[in-house]
Amino acid sequence: MTEPLAVTLVKNVEEIPGTHTLHLALPPGHPFDFHFGQFNMLYLLGVGEVPISIMGWQDELLLHTVRAQGLVTKPLLALKPGSQLGLRGPYGQGWPLAKLRGKELLFITAGLGCAPVVAAIRHAVSHRQQFGRICILQGVKHHQDLLWQPQYEAWQRQGCQVLLAASEEKKRRHHWKLGMVTELLDQAQLDVANCAVLMCGPEIMMHAAIKTLAAMGMPDEALYLSLERNFQCGIGSCGHCQLGPYFVCKDGPVFHYPVIKNWFGREGI
Amino acid sequence: MAKAWLPRERLAALFEALKTAGFEVIGPKVKDGAIVLAPLEGPEELPSGWQEKAEAGSYRLEKTASQRCFAWNTGPQGLKPFLFKPEEVLWRAHKTADGIVFRQEQPQQSPKAFIGVRGCDLAALAIQDRHFLEGLEPDAHYQARRQGIFIVAVNCARSAATCFCVSTGDGPQASTGFDLVLDELEAGFLVEAGSPRGRAIAASLPLEKASPARFQAAEKQLQGARKQQRVMPAQAELAKLVDALDHERWQQVAERCLACGNCTSVCPTCFCSKQQSLGDIHGLEAQQQRLWDSCFSVQHSYVAGKVVRFDIKHRYRQWLVHKLATWQQQFGRSGCVGCGRCIAWCPVAIDLVEEAKAILEGGHD
Ligand SMILES: Cc1cc2nc3c(=O)[nH]c(=O)nc-3n(C[C@H](O)[C@H](O)[C@H](O)COP(=O)(O)OP(=O)(O)OC[C@H]3O[C@@H](n4cnc5c(N)ncnc54)[C@H](O)[C@@H]3O)c2cc1C
Ligand code: SF4
Ligand code: SF4
Ligand code: SF4
Ligand code: FES
Repeated sequence: MTEPLAVTLVKNVEEIPGTHTLHLALPPGHPFDFHFGQFNMLYLLGVGEVPISIMGWQDELLLHTVRAQGLVTKPLLALKPGSQLGLRGPYGQGWPLAKLRGKELLFITAGLGCAPVVAAIRHAVSHRQQFGRICILQGVKHHQDLLWQPQYEAWQRQGCQVLLAASEEKKRRHHWKLGMVTELLDQAQLDVANCAVLMCGPEIMMHAAIKTLAAMGMPDEALYLSLERNFQCGIGSCGHCQLGPYFVCKDGPVFHYPVIKNWFGREGI
Repeated sequence: MAKAWLPRERLAALFEALKTAGFEVIGPKVKDGAIVLAPLEGPEELPSGWQEKAEAGSYRLEKTASQRCFAWNTGPQGLKPFLFKPEEVLWRAHKTADGIVFRQEQPQQSPKAFIGVRGCDLAALAIQDRHFLEGLEPDAHYQARRQGIFIVAVNCARSAATCFCVSTGDGPQASTGFDLVLDELEAGFLVEAGSPRGRAIAASLPLEKASPARFQAAEKQLQGARKQQRVMPAQAELAKLVDALDHERWQQVAERCLACGNCTSVCPTCFCSKQQSLGDIHGLEAQQQRLWDSCFSVQHSYVAGKVVRFDIKHRYRQWLVHKLATWQQQFGRSGCVGCGRCIAWCPVAIDLVEEAKAILEGGHD
C-alpha cells in the first residue's frame, strides 16, 4: 500500500455547524486528475484515515466537505490553516457524466455532506448546454441542515428546478415541503424516457426513491447511486467494503443501479 | 526431471542444499499440540511419526510408529501468515519543521524455503497472489516476501477426515507452483523438480534412480488419499448460493456460530484486514499498522454510527456466500481450496460443506 501524500490545509470553512469544507494544497507540481464522485483517503497524523468524496477543485485547491462524525473527522475539522494531513487517491468510479450528455438530470440527495453529488451538480450547472433540464431534490431533517444554501438559490436562478424537503421541521416554510425527499418526486417535471438519476444519501432513502421512480415508469438503466461502506484501504484489498461480488471502493462508490440491483437494499448485505 | 529417490537418511542433504542456496528453511514442527510452520535447522526437527486426528470442532496430534515426517495433513496455518502478516506496519509518518514526511515501511525479506506445502496450500497461494499482486495496486509488502520463496511441496499420502480437496480440484496431489515436490514413503522420498531453481537444488542432492515399485507405492497412497469423506458441491452449484440469501438455515447456523472468526484466521485464502494508526504521545510520529480482520467482527461493517451486518446470521452469510459464490465473480474460482481447517478449528464444529449443501438442497425462497 502506497504511503499518503502530505497536503496542506489552506482554508477551513464552516458551512453549517459540524460541517466544514477543507481547502487543500497539493505539493507543487503534483498532478491531480479526478472524476466527480471519486474519493480520497484523508489521514490525520496518529489518528487514522477516512474516505471522503472529492467536492471540487477551485483556485488550485482541492475541496473536501466533511461532517464531524467521530474519531477522525472531529479532530480533522479542528485543524488550523497551515496544518498538514495525508492524502491517498483519487480512488473509485465517479459519475459517468460524459455518458449522460443530452439527458435530463435528476439529482436526489438526502442527509448531510452529500459532496459527491454536489460536485456533479456544479459541473452540470456550469455546462448547462450539455444537458437537458436539471432538477435537484434535497432532503434534510431541519432547514438549517441545508448545506450551501446560497448555491441552491443560484442554481434556481440558472434555470434548475430545485425542490427541498425537511422531514422533522414543525412549521412549513416558503419553498419547502415538510416530509421526505421522495415526496418531492411527483413535482419533478422530467421526461422519464430521457432522464438520468444521480442519487446519494442514506440507503433507505435511495431504496424508497427507486421504488417511487419505478412506479413513475423510470427504467432501472437510468439510475446511478453512490454507496457508502466501511473503507480501510480504498483499493480493493482489505475486504471491508464488499457488497455481494463488488468492492464498493474500486467498483464504486458510484454504481449503475442494474449492476447492484440484486444486492442493494437487502438487510445485512 | 523424472522422479528420483532420496533415501530417508539423506534428507539432511536437502536442508543443506537449501541453506547453501541462501534460504532460511521453514517447515513443520510440533508445537502446542499442533503442526506449525517454523524455522528448522535440520530434518531431526520434522514431526516424525506425528499425524493429526481432525474432525469438525477438534484437532489432536497422535504419535505413530512410522518414521514419516509428512504423515500429517494440515496444521492451523498455511503459508498465509508468512506472506500476508497478521500484523505489520505499512508506512510511517513523521512530523518535521517542514511538514509531515511519509515513508513506506520496507518489509524484511530474507529468502525462505518452505518444506511440506500441500496441494491445497499451493492453490491458496495462487489465490492470494492474485489478490495481493494483481489488484489495483500490487501489495508491496506481500510482494517483497513472496519474491524468491522456494517451495518444497509434498503429495499427501492420506487425507485427514476434514480434507475435501478432491472436490475443489486442489489436491491431494501438488500439481503446479512448486520448485520441488516429494512423495514420502517409509524408506525415503521420490523427488521431482517443478522449476529451474528446483532442478538446480535437485542436482546437488545425492539422488538415486527410483525403482518402479516405489512409483507404484507412491501412486497407490495418492489414490488412497483421494478417498475423502467430504464432497463440496461443484462451483456452478455453489454460485447458486446468491439465490438463497433468505434461506432459514442462516438463522439456524447463527444460533450456533459464536462469531469468533477462527474460521477466517485459519483459512489460507481469507484476506480481510483493518488498519490503525499508532501515534506517539507527542503527536510527532505515527505508524500505520495493518492487522488481519474478519468479516465475523461487528466493526467490520461499521458505517457512520451503524453496523451493516449486525446479526450473526448476516455475518455467517457474508462469509459463506463470499467464500464459495461471489468469490467466483471476483477471482474466477471459489475461495475454498478444501483444506478443511475452518471445520477443524471451529469451536462449535460448524462444517461449511454441510452448511453449503443444506442451503443449496433446501431450495431457495
Ligand atoms: C465513498 C465515501 C465517501 C464519503 N464522502 C464523505 C464526504 O464527502 N464527507 C463526509 O463528511 N463524509 C464522507 N464519508 C463518510 C466518512 O467516511 C465517515 O463519516 C468517516 O469515515 C467517519 O470517520 P470517523 O473516524 O470520524 O468516525 P467514527 O464513527 O469514529 O468511525 C470510526 C472509524 O470507522 C471507519 N470507517 C471507514 N469507513 C467508514 C465510513 N464510510 N463511515 C464510517 N466509518 C468508517 C474509519 O476507520 C473510522 O475512523 C464518505 C464515505 C465513503 C465510503
Ligand atoms: S473455507 Fe475452510 S476449507 Fe475452504 S479454504 Fe478456507 S479454511 Fe480451507
Ligand atoms: S486438503 Fe488435500 S491437499 Fe490439503 S492436506 Fe488435505 S489431502 Fe492434502
Ligand atoms: S463458524 Fe465457527 S469458527 Fe467461524 S465464526 Fe462461527 S463459531 Fe467461529
Ligand atoms: S476499502 Fe478495502 S476493499 Fe474496499
